[in-house]
Formats: sequence, C-alpha cells, structure tokens
Amino acid sequence: MPQEKPRLLAISSGGGHWVQLLRLQPAFAGCDVIYATVRDGVRGDVGEADFHVIRDANRWSKLNLVRSALGILCLLLSVRPDIVITTGAAPGYFGARFGKWMGARVIWVDSVANAGELSMSGEKAGAFSDLWLTQWAHLAREKGPRFFGSVL
Amino acid sequence: MILVTVGTDLPFDRMIRVVDDWAGETGRQDLFAQIGKGGWEPRYMRFAQFLPPKQFAEYFTSAGVIVSHAGMGTILSALYQRKPILVMPKKASLGEHRNEHQTATALRLVEVGGVNVAFDEQELRAKLDHLDELSIGRKIGDFASDSLLSGIRDFIFSSKS
Repeated sequence: MPQEKPRLLAISSGGGHWVQLLRLQPAFAGCDVIYATVRDGVRGDVGEADFHVIRDANRWSKLNLVRSALGILCLLLSVRPDIVITTGAAPGYFGARFGKWMGARVIWVDSVANAGELSMSGEKAGAFSDLWLTQWAHLAREKGPRFFGSVL
Repeated sequence: MILVTVGTDLPFDRMIRVVDDWAGETGRQDLFAQIGKGGWEPRYMRFAQFLPPKQFAEYFTSAGVIVSHAGMGTILSALYQRKPILVMPKKASLGEHRNEHQTATALRLVEVGGVNVAFDEQELRAKLDHLDELSIGRKIGDFASDSLLSGIRDFIFSSKS
C-alpha cells in the first residue's frame, strides 16, 4: 500500500522571506505542500499549489500580532500539517509554534539576511524546532542552530 | 533602465534623495523608483509607492542596473538574473528598519556574493557616478544549495513521517 504523502506547510512573511522559501521548493518533492504568505500578488509563484494569504505582523504592533496569530492558528487547524517549514519572520514563528502544539515537526530556516546574529524569532524558535538551521556557518553552534548550506 | 527599490516595507528616503539628486544632475530619464508607502517623492525620477509583484518583476527583468536597500529578496533576484546591484543598508537607528541586520548582511554579501555596497550617502553618490564599474555578483542557481536542500529533505523523510 502506498504511504500517504506528508502534509507540509511552507509559511513565511513577504519579500525576502518568501523568495527564500521558494528557493527551498525541491526539498518538498513528494510532500503534499500548502503555502502561506502575506501577499496575494505572489500566488502565481507556486502555480497550482494550495496557497493561503495570512496577515503580516511584526513585534512593533501588538494588535496586528494578535490578529495575525489568530488567522494562522485557524489555518493550522484546517491544514493539520505533519511538517511546518518557515524562513520567518513573525508569521512564520506563529506557524511553527502552533504547528508544534498540534504535533507537527518544525523546520526553522533562519533568513540569510541574519548574517550578524540570529533573528529574534529565530533565537526563540530554537527552543522548539526539530530542525533548527542558520544559513551562515559562523553562526552555527554545538547546541544549534546547525548549518547545512544557504539559499545563495 | 535603472530600477531603484526600497523594498515592500518601510520607505528609505535617505537613499531615494541621493539617487534623485543624481538623476536631476545627470539628466538621466531612465530611472524608476519604488519608494515605499509614505516615502519622500522624487522630483526627477518616475516612481510608485508600491508596484504589484508582477509589474515589479517585469521592471526588474528589463532593468540594466538595480539600486536597492540591502534586502534579500532583491539581492537574490539580482544575483539570479545576473544584474549588477548596488545596495545601501537601511539603519534601524534612523527608523529605516526594525533591526540593524542590513549592515552585517551587506558586509557578508560583499564577501560571498560579490554585491556592490554603499554604506552611506557619499559612497552611494560616488558609486552612482561610476555605474559601469559595478560588478555582477556571484552566479546562483534556480534553488538553494544542494547541501541545504538534501539536509531538509532527509529530515522530512526521516523515520517519523
């Protein structure tokens, strides 16, 4: 009997985070992939794939953070992923956090933009990520994050 | 065409003003700037606060040079499309970004990506005056490095799934 494909939620905020998430696509082959990001205009980037728009947020607006988190929680409840992968930032953190609560395995790929130190959300995500990655070799540490390579 | 962009988030007036002054002084008509919501409006360049992604992609493809904040989306696209890119890091201390990562990123990207960087307004102006000397950065493929992709893949399909 063929094994069921793992359900993978690939979630990020916009701009560079989304561009980086797209550059990881070959790693998702063989998965049932659901994408989520903050701008409807980039839907075409993933062709016919399942695509959801979520609300953007950052730590400077508490109200937006709450709204964004609630929307992402609803998304997680309907998608029920086996795996959540994110390149950040705040929306990706929520997706990872809620996914973990629901029993998904979490992959955090810290943005390549964080070359001097890990992002704040990336630092926090380390506590619960099953695979915790930085894209800079000099930021890898023995207890994580690990370095495999980068989107470059 | 020269495409100037501050990214999709906060404006970057410090950079836009320098490029616009340069456009005025040189009389170049072939610039287009995406200035961000509420950004300072240029006097000499054509501009929009924000371009829809599809239109932005078209402008990007037809541009000969990219002038940008040090944002990864734009940098990755420029490396991928083999276009010379000149970046200026936004500074959180001036309210241009939420944290100070762009300077560190830009420093590293000079090393590993061959990206051209101007750290302040004077350097930006000087590099605009010598646009033909900008280097084309490192060639990157369609996707992330094989080691990153296979590492993620191995994890996804390891025992528990």
